[in-house]
Amino acid sequence: MLVTPTKRSVPSKKYWPKFHPKHPELSGCFLMEKNMSKSIAIPTLDQFVYGVCPKPVKTARGLELGTGTVFPEVNFTLPTMNINEETWPQVIAQYTEMADDVIRRAIELEVPQLMIEFETLPDMTIRPEWALEINRLLADKLIEAQEKSGIKTALRFTPNDIREFSRPPIMRSGKYWDSMLETFAKAGEAGADFLSIESTGGKELCDEALMNADLPGVVFALGVLACRDMEFLWKHMVDACKANGVIPAGDSACGFANTAMVLADKKMIPKVFAAVVRVATVPRTLVAVEQGAVGPCKDCAYEGIYIKAITGTPISLEGKSAACAHLSPIGNIASAVCDCWSNESVQNVQLLSGKAPEVSVEQLAYDCRLMNTAAASSPEDALRLRDWLVDSDSALDPQAYVLRPDVVLRISEKIMQEETAYGRTRAAVAAAIDELRKGAESKAYRLEEREESWLDMMEMAIEDDIPETEAEMIAQQAPLVDPAKCDLREYGIE
Amino acid sequence: MAKNEELFNAIIKGKRKDVSVLVQTAVDSGANVAEILMESMIPAMREIGDRFSRNEVYVPEMLIAARAMQAGLDIVEPLLAGTGHEPLARVAIGTVKGDLHDIGKNLVAMMLKGAGYDVTDLGVDCDIAKYEEAVNNGTQVLLLSALLTTTMPAMKEVTEHFKGKDVKILIGGAPITQEYADEIGADGYAGDANQAVGAVEKVLA
Repeated sequence: MLVTPTKRSVPSKKYWPKFHPKHPELSGCFLMEKNMSKSIAIPTLDQFVYGVCPKPVKTARGLELGTGTVFPEVNFTLPTMNINEETWPQVIAQYTEMADDVIRRAIELEVPQLMIEFETLPDMTIRPEWALEINRLLADKLIEAQEKSGIKTALRFTPNDIREFSRPPIMRSGKYWDSMLETFAKAGEAGADFLSIESTGGKELCDEALMNADLPGVVFALGVLACRDMEFLWKHMVDACKANGVIPAGDSACGFANTAMVLADKKMIPKVFAAVVRVATVPRTLVAVEQGAVGPCKDCAYEGIYIKAITGTPISLEGKSAACAHLSPIGNIASAVCDCWSNESVQNVQLLSGKAPEVSVEQLAYDCRLMNTAAASSPEDALRLRDWLVDSDSALDPQAYVLRPDVVLRISEKIMQEETAYGRTRAAVAAAIDELRKGAESKAYRLEEREESWLDMMEMAIEDDIPETEAEMIAQQAPLVDPAKCDLREYGIE
Repeated sequence: MAKNEELFNAIIKGKRKDVSVLVQTAVDSGANVAEILMESMIPAMREIGDRFSRNEVYVPEMLIAARAMQAGLDIVEPLLAGTGHEPLARVAIGTVKGDLHDIGKNLVAMMLKGAGYDVTDLGVDCDIAKYEEAVNNGTQVLLLSALLTTTMPAMKEVTEHFKGKDVKILIGGAPITQEYADEIGADGYAGDANQAVGAVEKVLA
């Protein structure tokens, strides 16, 4: 049963879209990105640092992103348990406890701003009333905390993409899509400040391409299918946000690049391949901004570093303090230019000090406190801390190397020389391989001996196997697609 | 030691065309088809699995080897069908209800097939009826996969459903542990695709 929204907790449409008062030119910026400039929003390294961005965002309740303060974004999830009608009261009790613990500890640690992300579980997206009930619960707790203690709060609502429950996935119609649309439409009523998603268009082919280290397959999945789906999906999401007073935040290529990162961590695929996949996701996630998303990008979108450089929108990121959710070789570098700092997700389990979500917010709070203290000391100190965060990771792994701010700026400029999503994906791959080759030759990062041949193979692939136009790529790959796995018509390809 | 070293090495190196030629040549020369499979081809896939476990090769190299293996199987299997040769065992694998993750599952299926098992891939989001159907069709080992902590309980439900029945249950996936397997009464657990082959061998021993 839905909790009835209270009048005070529903953001008024008059507040939206409303951005930082110092940047009135940004008001009503939706769709302004449709025809993106070839120049990137952050052209120099000294402007590329945590906490600030050219296009800050401000919520109806006054929480600001990108205006100088990095703050925690906390996500939490259930312990191992069933989700059904019988256990629903326990589910509600779990979320109540997690929210109470996180908010209390954030206030005790004098965190200036706090964002909670509610990422639905599949059962909750299939039954939107469940997702919306929990969203309302969390929103009310955040609003109450702000009213009582003054802490600025916001709620990011992230319904998950359930279209792949159909095999092959049905992307543009059907019961799963209808459930997602209903969830988007009611997000504002249920108290969401931001709407995000980790969309999965193209993943049905990308998974296999990753396992085979098939670079043309990855480029087809990301540069053709995923980009086409992002355009379709984010148009609907932005429309829903506009109609309901919610800020369209951004997407994440988690199902693509983070899958590659985990596979590389398990030594299943080469790290240097995973590094290229990471950069290949940038044009895909950029499509959300073209459609009207204004940030922050999802926390698990490490490609967000590129999105910030290209568009100037704020980003959320996760790293060392997300080890509760997944391991990574990019724990420090991920925070170097973040605007919001996240734990990805943590289960509500008991640790020695307390429940895990409460522990998580404490870890994030101290990370943010250090970054904000350095920034308050001087811009030079902020840049010094940024560089330490970068240098402590980037020499050890190619996946960290491609997230170096200087590398990001160079590759971003090359990406934006192309005008189409496919052209940008191809350019991203070529530029990433080029940077990785130069970095390996100068020993700027560690390339393991058994990875060297994979870099050679990728260089050959970009020259010989990845066509210059989308039409040529479709002609190359479409005959290889198993119709039981992927229906190309769902991507507008006949 | 494999009897046909050339075939063994061709599979490991993923040389599909060479494997076809070598298997056909061996068959034409009157070699025992079951011996080709059991003493050259399956050991090659075991070797590539072991190399993966020792971090000497990546999954793409295993998959290339598996495709080369399949090229040989395409010749061998029709011939075996008439000899009364049986696969090592019938196994079925599927991701549990509510879970759509299938990278790990697909890898396990590939390794088991390469090891000589008759593998049925049940897909993702499998309910108990789907597993039941496989068991009714002669499956001796069911492998359950899950990536989400919230879908792990489905493993317990499946395991309890088949308790006392003539089928072994193995579980695996990122959040899964041996302790969880013990807790829900599963017959075994595997941490990766190569371990899954050993785990199947163990429960059938």
